[in-house]
Amino acid sequence: MINNRSTPLLFPLLGGLILLFIIAPLANMFLATTPNQLFETSKDQDVIDSIFLTLWVSFVSTIVFSVAAIPLSYYLARTKFRFKNIINGIVDLPVVIPHSAAGIAILGLISRDSTIGQVASSFGLNFVGHPVGIALAMAFVSIPFLINAARDGFENVPLKLEKTALNLGASPIRVFFSISLPLAWKNILSGLIMMFARGLSEFGAVIIVAYHPMVTPVLIFERFGSFGLKYARPVSVVFILVCLVFFILLRTLAKEKKSENA
Amino acid sequence: MLKLKDISVKLGDFKLENINLELDKGDYYVLLGKSGVGKTVLLEIIAGLIKPDSGQVFLKDENITNEKIQNRQVGIVFQDYSIFPHLSVKQNIAYSLKGKKLSNKQKEALIHQYAQLTEVTHLLNRNTTNLSGGELQRVALARMLVSKPKCLLLDEPLASLDVQMKGGLRNLLRQINQSGVSILHVTHDYEEAIALSNKVAVIHDGEIIQKGLTKEVFQKPATEFVANFTGIKNFFHAEFSPLNTAKINGTLEINVSNKDQIKNGKIIIRGEEILLSNEKIESSATNNFKGKIVQIIPYLTNYEIIVNVGVDLTVVITEKSLQKFKFRKGSIVWVSFKSTVIKIIP
Repeated sequence: MINNRSTPLLFPLLGGLILLFIIAPLANMFLATTPNQLFETSKDQDVIDSIFLTLWVSFVSTIVFSVAAIPLSYYLARTKFRFKNIINGIVDLPVVIPHSAAGIAILGLISRDSTIGQVASSFGLNFVGHPVGIALAMAFVSIPFLINAARDGFENVPLKLEKTALNLGASPIRVFFSISLPLAWKNILSGLIMMFARGLSEFGAVIIVAYHPMVTPVLIFERFGSFGLKYARPVSVVFILVCLVFFILLRTLAKEKKSENA
Repeated sequence: MLKLKDISVKLGDFKLENINLELDKGDYYVLLGKSGVGKTVLLEIIAGLIKPDSGQVFLKDENITNEKIQNRQVGIVFQDYSIFPHLSVKQNIAYSLKGKKLSNKQKEALIHQYAQLTEVTHLLNRNTTNLSGGELQRVALARMLVSKPKCLLLDEPLASLDVQMKGGLRNLLRQINQSGVSILHVTHDYEEAIALSNKVAVIHDGEIIQKGLTKEVFQKPATEFVANFTGIKNFFHAEFSPLNTAKINGTLEINVSNKDQIKNGKIIIRGEEILLSNEKIESSATNNFKGKIVQIIPYLTNYEIIVNVGVDLTVVITEKSLQKFKFRKGSIVWVSFKSTVIKIIP
């Protein structure tokens, strides 16, 4: 640890400005919302439905996509192959492209004109304007958070432990589940939480794929467009509070899990 | 039992070439070599963790070169123990038993049997994070032995332990070997080879430069490298004359007892058998040389004095002698040794 005195005084001052920049708009929004407005908004059925929808769709999307994303992370961490850098670049692509463009791309993939859309239609499903479409849009923009965190986690697992497990007669799949996965779990859990949180807050991609049913970020936008700032603000505050509660809860659970393993 | 045939591998700048080695059942084979010479790589090749570029590995006459790692039945214990940190001591030891057709009672019995052998029974329910190096090594051995490998591969098992722990673990390794487990142990420490092995191979520059019974290799080192590496300090090439004299390293002429009339060979003079004095002493020793002390190296119980008499001779003396005769770096001294203490290797 560097002694506080050896850090130039300017650094914490500049840092304080950044923190103020983050805190000030949020604090302003919270202070501008009366308890009565908050109470009324939290009773609004549309708000309740949209928050519930946002939470469960993001949760399901995170869990479903993790089934394939975690093995991909392991593969990227453990295997050397020629185009690995390209694959890593593809994984990061959703982070750098505009989310509305991501929404357009997803829409093109699942609309009724597309092959997937036609196959879904033959089963009576239409992903556009459907929670499945929302889940796809959320996963598209948030999956890099999980893959990158899990890949870092697997890379931190000493290769020798896996070699030892193999040498003790375990199959590669058992080595993955009994050694690699538990030891990388801290990073994976962190990645899952980040993917879930990122999914909750997604607006750009979701609004293009599904205006209805309305996830909370879209509802906030709709309230702002139709009724103005005064009506959008309480919904924002309620949603932020719910997200914070979930975020703190999941982080606490992750920490408890960590101390159990220590 | 275990046979390596013409194993070669190149990994970056480092290579192993034409390694041939054979372990019989019950052998305690020590592979001796400097750090970074490829000893661990060789163990990993046997265990199947690295594929050789060429050559074959046989276990009980069966070619296992391309066998899956988990089916090889050779157990490797790494230098850093590789204990699974998220599992308890008992879970570590039991790791290889999962999926085996054994009842829980049988599994428990096996765990306790090997925990008892390695003296870790009292640690069974402990977490592994606070164990000492010696305890971790014992847990690693117990874990490997439970899987009943046909051959045990040990990668510098005593390197990270203090002297007291080393003694205890050496006894354990002897016990394991005496129970019928063949062991291939790699180390850079020749004392481990002397203490444990019945066979030894010396590896240098990616090749095995000498192998055989431990006694033979230590008594008849084939090269200066082997001699130095096996702890022999005074090893010289010698040209013998018919008059029972020999010129060592082409410079110093000494008296020898050359009964077999050898013309060219090597000689070994043990440092403990050379006398060191401030003045020339009259004795039955026929080799008396004046020289200068170039270095004094302290060891645990004694001192190594390197005296240049045309060649560098290492003389071993006690601390008491060092103080009594006040030997210092740069002192002019006399070294004496009898021709009968000179060991001649053809």
